[in-house]
Amino acid sequence: MSLLSVRDLTVKFAMRDQTVTALNQISFDVRRGERLGIVGESGAGKSITGFALMNLLSQPGYIDSGHVMFGGEDIVRFSDAQMRRIRGNRMAMIFQDPMVTLNPVLTIGQQMVETLRAHRKLSRAEAEQISILKLREVYIPSPEERLEQYPHELSGGMRQRIVIAIALLLDPELIIADEPTTALDVTIQADIMDLLLELCQSNKVGLILITHDLGVVSQMTERTLVMYAGRIIEAGPTRQIINDPQHPYTQGLINALPQQTLPGHRLKQIPGNMPSPAALPAGCPFHPRCDFAVDICRRVRPEIMRFAEVEIACHEVSRLHGIPYKEESA
Amino acid sequence: MLAYLVKRVFQAIAVMFAISLIGFAIQDNLGDPLRALVGVSVSEEVRDQLRDELGLNDGFVTQYLRFLGNALHGDLGTSYFFKEPALDVILKKMPATLELVLGATLIIVGLSVPLGVYTAIKPKSILSGIIMGLSIVGISIPVFLTAILMIFVFAVNLGWFPSYGRGEVVHVFGSWDTNFASFDGLMHVLLPSVALASIMLPLFVRLIRAEMMEVLQSEYVKFAKAKGLRPMRIYFVHALKNTLLPVITVGGVQIGTMVAYTILTETVFQWPGMGFMFLEAVNRVDTPLIVAYLIVVGFIFVVTNTIVDLIYGLVNPTVNLARMGA
Ligand SMILES: Nc1ncnc2c1ncn2[C@@H]1O[C@H](COP(=O)(O)OP(=O)(O)O)[C@@H](O)[C@H]1O
Ligand SMILES: [Mg+2]
Repeated sequence: MSLLSVRDLTVKFAMRDQTVTALNQISFDVRRGERLGIVGESGAGKSITGFALMNLLSQPGYIDSGHVMFGGEDIVRFSDAQMRRIRGNRMAMIFQDPMVTLNPVLTIGQQMVETLRAHRKLSRAEAEQISILKLREVYIPSPEERLEQYPHELSGGMRQRIVIAIALLLDPELIIADEPTTALDVTIQADIMDLLLELCQSNKVGLILITHDLGVVSQMTERTLVMYAGRIIEAGPTRQIINDPQHPYTQGLINALPQQTLPGHRLKQIPGNMPSPAALPAGCPFHPRCDFAVDICRRVRPEIMRFAEVEIACHEVSRLHGIPYKEESA
Repeated sequence: MLAYLVKRVFQAIAVMFAISLIGFAIQDNLGDPLRALVGVSVSEEVRDQLRDELGLNDGFVTQYLRFLGNALHGDLGTSYFFKEPALDVILKKMPATLELVLGATLIIVGLSVPLGVYTAIKPKSILSGIIMGLSIVGISIPVFLTAILMIFVFAVNLGWFPSYGRGEVVHVFGSWDTNFASFDGLMHVLLPSVALASIMLPLFVRLIRAEMMEVLQSEYVKFAKAKGLRPMRIYFVHALKNTLLPVITVGGVQIGTMVAYTILTETVFQWPGMGFMFLEAVNRVDTPLIVAYLIVVGFIFVVTNTIVDLIYGLVNPTVNLARMGA
C-alpha cells in the first residue's frame, strides 16, 4: 500500500477578476520510504503541490477537488485539528530559505521544544534531550549550546541543518523538501543533500524532493515527476527519465544540463517561457515551445498515458507507441 | 553594550543642547524682562543701568552661555507670575500630567494589543470592520473636540463622571499626589485619560494590525504552521513578539508626543498639570515659565526616546548593542 496517494488534485487561486487553476488534476503515489523528485521550471506548480499536500495553501489558494490519501485517510477532508496532528508529526516540511524559515526572536531550543510538545506529552527537559540528539544526527557541533542561540547567530548551512533536525524531530513518515539548497552557498549544497539522503535512508522516511535541478534528482530519488504549467507531463523511475526522456519538455531540460553541453558551447536552453496558469494556450500547454508540435497539439490537450513504467502526456509519444489520436474519441 | 549606551547618551545631550538654544532664542526675543521687573514708570537711564547689571547688554553668546550654565544648575529662570523658580513651578505640576499620561498609556497598551491582534487574525469579521471604522473616527476627531464631547455626554448629560479637576488625591511623597489610589481620583482621571488616548489608541490598533498581518505572511509563520503548532501559539508567541518589536520604537516616541497633547486635554478638563500651566503662562507672557516648560518637555521626550531605544536593543536578539556602539 502506498504511504501517499494523490488523485486528481486540483488547486485554484481565486483572484480578483478570475479563478486560476494552478494545479490541474495531478495524480501520483509515494511508497513507504520512497524518494520522489518533482522537477520543472519556476512557476510549474511544484511548491503549490507541496503546500497542498500539507493542506497549508494560503489565501487565495485552495484545493478545489481531488484526494490526498495519507496512511489510508483522505486528509483533504480533515478538520484543522486533525490536520494539525499530522503536520510536523507524520508529515514534515523543509523550506527553501533557512534565513527566513526560523523565527528570529525565538531560540533554536524554543523552536525545537515547542514542536515536540505540540505532538507529545513531554517535559521541557525531555524535549531538550530529544532535540540535542536530533541536532547530533544532523552533525551540529556542541548541540547543547545551540539550543540557547538565536537563528541569526548561525550560518545559512547550519540553519538548514537545524530545519532538517526539526523536520525529523517526531520521526515523520514523509518529508517534503522544497528546494532545500537553492538559497545556500554552492559549496555547501552538496553537503546538505548528502545529509538529507543519508537521514532518509537510515530512518526509512519517504521524501518528496522539489527542485529544478535534474542532477540533484538523479542523485537523490528513485522516482521523478516532471511538471509543466500545473500538470504532470512525465512520471516514472528516475533512471529511466534521466537516461531516456520521452517528453520533448523533459528532453529539453536534460539537454540544458551543463554536462550535456560541449565545452565552449552555449547551454541549450528551451526557447521561450512557461505560460502562466492564467494564460494557458489551447491544446498541449508546451506546444508553443515544442519542435515536434503538429496540428493536434494546438487543439487538444494530451491526456497522461502509461507506457510500461513511465507515464507521459504527449500526442507525439502516443503516436510513436502506436496509439494515434482519434478525432472522434475526443 | 556600554559603547552603545555612551553613544546614545551623547546623542541625547546633543538634542538637549539644540533645545536649550531654541529656548534661549525665544527668551531673548520674547518679552522684556525689565518691564516685568520694574514696570513702565522707570526712566530710560535707570533701565539702561539695570540692563548692564543684569547682563542684558552682553553679546548673544555670553548671555547664552550664562543661560546654559544656570540651566545645568537647575536654574531655568524665575516665573514672572509666580515669583518662584520656573523649574519648581513645573515640577509641582508635573505629577498631575504624568499621571494623565500614565492613564492614557494604560488604556492604549491594554486595548491596542488585543484589538490589533484580533483585527489582524480575523480581518473579515464584522467586529473587525466596526473596530477599524471606529479607529478612523477616533483618528480624525481632534483631541479637544473628543474631550468636549465626552464632557457633554458622560459628565453633563449622563452625570456618570466629574467634568473637571483631579478630585480626591492621595499624597505619595514630595509634590506627588496620586489619582490612582481612590475611587474619586480614578473617576476624575478616566475621562481625561480616554480623551488623551483617543488619537494614539486608534493609531496603535492600526499599526499593530498592519505589522501583525505582515508577520502572518512570513515564512517562519508558515513553518510554524507546518510544525503543527496551535493557532494561539502561532499568534501570540511567534507572531506577536515580531509584531511588537517595531511597535515599541514608534510607541515610545508617541508616548513622548503625548506629553505635548496634554496641553489641550488639561485645558478642557481644567486638569492642574503643566500643560494647563503652560497655556496660562502663554496668556500671561510669562516667558521664563514658557521656556522652562519647553526645555522640560524636550528633556522628557529625549529621555523616553533614549530609554525606548535601549529597551528595543535589549528585547530584540538580532540587535547587537555592542556592535551598534562601534
Ligand atoms: N499567492 C498566489 N496567488 C496567485 N497565484 C499564485 C500564488 N502562488 C502561486 N501562484 C500560481 O501558482 C503557480 C505555481 O507556483 P509555484 O508552485 O510556487 O511554482 P514553483 O514550481 O516555482 O514552485 C505560479 O505560477 C502562480 O501562477
Ligand atoms: Mg517553488
